[in-house]
Amino acid sequence: MSKTSRTSITMPSSAKKGAIVEIRAIAQHDMESGFRYSEAGKPIPREIIRTFTCTYNDVEVFKADFYPGIGANPLIIFTTIATETGTLEFKWVGDDGYEALNQAHITVS
Amino acid sequence: MTLQVIRLLFCCVFLGVLSAAFGGEVQRLQSSYELMSPENKAMQDDPSLNPAMFWVGDGQMLWNAKSVANQKSCASCHGDAQKSMRGVAAKFPKVIRGQLRTLEGQINQCRAAAQGVPALAYESKDLLALTAYIATQSKGMPIVVRETPQNQTDLLKGREYFYQRMGQLNLSCAQCHEERAGLKLGGSPIPQGHPNAYPIYRLEWQTLGSLQRRLRNCMSGVRAQQFEYGSPEMAQLELFLFWRARGLPLESPGVRP
Repeated sequence: MSKTSRTSITMPSSAKKGAIVEIRAIAQHDMESGFRYSEAGKPIPREIIRTFTCTYNDVEVFKADFYPGIGANPLIIFTTIATETGTLEFKWVGDDGYEALNQAHITVS
Repeated sequence: MTLQVIRLLFCCVFLGVLSAAFGGEVQRLQSSYELMSPENKAMQDDPSLNPAMFWVGDGQMLWNAKSVANQKSCASCHGDAQKSMRGVAAKFPKVIRGQLRTLEGQINQCRAAAQGVPALAYESKDLLALTAYIATQSKGMPIVVRETPQNQTDLLKGREYFYQRMGQLNLSCAQCHEERAGLKLGGSPIPQGHPNAYPIYRLEWQTLGSLQRRLRNCMSGVRAQQFEYGSPEMAQLELFLFWRARGLPLESPGVRP
């Protein structure tokens, strides 16, 4: 697994104030559990995404901790309330220095 | 009243003749997509949910990546894949200069002949990504593999493999995927076994995989000696499967449980 990978965010670019917006976040990641062995019999070290956070104009609105039981290429679907126009930042942090960042803009009317 | 009965009879006879004309294949072609849960269907249909889209993105990057040997990329010869590769995957496997080639085989052939770089290993991320990128350009187009004088012998071989019992369980492909398609095996529906969604993101694999990986899966399932990746036997079996599924629209990249 490289230090970063493809991630994608799907959410509406505009919403009415107070509306519930659905956000989909997906990351390309092997999520190597650390419980497997290679063909040579050696344990394969754990390499997973550890946390996912979403901030909305620098306020944390959603956070998820990941564990070895979570499958590869994890997908998170969550919601937040459209409060104001601004930027949502998504950050994936994982083992071995893995990091991925996404940004999305939302216009609230 | 009698007229209606006669009309009905005529209809039955006509349908019977029609099905006979299609070589006795009365069974409607069914993609295993139709056997999936609504959640899995949504996962395949929605690019924001389909994990295979990551490989498609990687494939697009590789399509434009210049070879280290001669600075040529796939795009140098083929241009925009969205135009040049449209419908291509629906025609493979194909006999080119006397040799049967699968889509993967053709990608590797191009790499060796035009780009001067070694072939990509089967099931490597790069080969899967390129295959997925090329195959997805034909999404929704029907498979058009036909019997031709060139592919006749290979097709016959492929058919032989499909109907041949193999392995310790002594089962042929046909016994499950033709005779028992639609029934259940260990709680899971048995599909007709069409190759129209490959490469697939299989949830069980947690990754993208080729048709050959899936075929090897079944072969190990019946405790048979698996055909090698990229072998002529694999290509012949693939050819027969595509010919058998002719007319079915491609779904690549598919999602399967």
